[in-house]
Amino acid sequence: MKVPSVVIGQYIPGDSLLHRLDPRTKILLALAMVVALFTVESPWSYLMLAVLVAAAVLSSRVPVKMVLRGLRPIAFILILTFVLHLFMDPGEELFTIWRLRATHEGLRIGLLTVVRLTLLIMATSLVTLTTSPIVFTDGLERLLNPLRIVGVPAHELAMMMTIALRFIPTLLEETDKIMKAQMARGADFESGGLVNRAKSMIPILVPLFVSAFRRADELAVAMEARCYRGGQGRTRLRQLRFGPADAVVAAATIVYLAAAVVVR
Amino acid sequence: MEPIISIENVSYAYEGGEQDRVDALLDVNVRVDAGEFVAIIGHNGSGKSTLAKHMNAILLPTRGDVYVLGMNTRDRSKLWSIRQAVGMVFQNPDNQIVATTVEEDVAFGPENLGVPPDEIRRRVDEALALVDMTGYEQAAPHQLSGGQKQRVAIAGVIAMRPRCIVLDEATAMLDPVGRQEVLRTVRRLASEEGIAVVHITHFMSEAVLADRVIVMDDGRIALEGAPREVFSQPDVLRQLQLDVPQVTELALELARKGVRMPRTPLTVQELAADIHALLGGCAG
Repeated sequence: MKVPSVVIGQYIPGDSLLHRLDPRTKILLALAMVVALFTVESPWSYLMLAVLVAAAVLSSRVPVKMVLRGLRPIAFILILTFVLHLFMDPGEELFTIWRLRATHEGLRIGLLTVVRLTLLIMATSLVTLTTSPIVFTDGLERLLNPLRIVGVPAHELAMMMTIALRFIPTLLEETDKIMKAQMARGADFESGGLVNRAKSMIPILVPLFVSAFRRADELAVAMEARCYRGGQGRTRLRQLRFGPADAVVAAATIVYLAAAVVVR
Repeated sequence: MEPIISIENVSYAYEGGEQDRVDALLDVNVRVDAGEFVAIIGHNGSGKSTLAKHMNAILLPTRGDVYVLGMNTRDRSKLWSIRQAVGMVFQNPDNQIVATTVEEDVAFGPENLGVPPDEIRRRVDEALALVDMTGYEQAAPHQLSGGQKQRVAIAGVIAMRPRCIVLDEATAMLDPVGRQEVLRTVRRLASEEGIAVVHITHFMSEAVLADRVIVMDDGRIALEGAPREVFSQPDVLRQLQLDVPQVTELALELARKGVRMPRTPLTVQELAADIHALLGGCAG
């Protein structure tokens, strides 16, 4: 048994227009897309939105397989939603199995819902596929910053994300080391039922937690020694800038989304 | 000239209830001047790390005062100026790197100080060049060796433009190659950039490279002086549970056997030169 190799986020480096856009533009446009998806009704609107997502995926030059991979975890939900709509929605009868009555309306709404969720996942995972986690964190911090006045801890959230990203590889390495050490002492992680295997994780998790807390303590001292005192008065090495490309893409996308919403 | 760090009659006790009070420092006086390379050695629990943590107000003395560029470390309003002036590199390289890329991490200190972005860029490039890590800007910390990580940590401190760097057992977890990299770097900083270096270590071979060695024992300063003075007292050092460098030991053994050594050698090169001179003298 081996700890999976280190892949942070699912960023695929590239140099497409989508890669070069400001992370804030991408996050906001993905949000606009989500809003549009939940307001539209007609199949034509769905078609327009699907075309937009397809165009974005193709232009990003991210392998389509990677974009579709985001759908895997929700495949079950998609199927369940479709089946529920098909059989539970009232309307004209399509066919009947046993005592379950499928309807035309159910088929239509079920299909549209599946399309809606699929496009939603594809659009949002396209953002994380084309934005490195660091830049994404930066963008998020700056987008959330105005919400400070209502108490959203924008800087702290971003700092937490950064530290988490920084320490995931370190902790994975450590997990691997602890597992090997326990295996050398005769620990068995692979046989037995679910309960037994879960139990065998305890000798890994305990030392891992102890060390994570020690690391956190030392990191806090190190950060304070380097004058860290929260987000106030802090400057950043990397400056985010909206460029002309951001303006053009944003304007075009918004106009297109608006058209998709109003079309019948 | 004003000292960079001045530690005056400092005592420190770890609080652990009335009975468990542990005196980690007793009446310690230390002065560090600009561009000086000071090594602090001592066995485990001698108080050397506690002393280091007083140098940038991570710990405050129980009695006595610590001044950094004339600022008392008790003065909360000066805390950030003190920490900017005296940077600290810790033992575990993994637990002091904050950011996901090398350049972001080096930028962390200046960012906290509110330095403008262009200036941060300049300082990051400069600092990475000084520690010989140019070209690693985008590397992730977990891709680096221990010595490289410690040099990044040093760059992170340099980018804050400090007057002094305290290495709190920063070489303890490194392999010999990594230790050498770090030492070469800090020696250059001391001699060329005029940045004072305080190096806490238990490697005698590293203390040899310093301008001045301070030997700690039971929270007190037991010995202080140039490396050659300190290491020519092997009996005293042994009493303090410390070794002399291997080369020095060999020379002292030779001297005991009647070989007339001209000085107490501290490095392999010195000993080799001395022996060569002796042999050369014999062979005529």
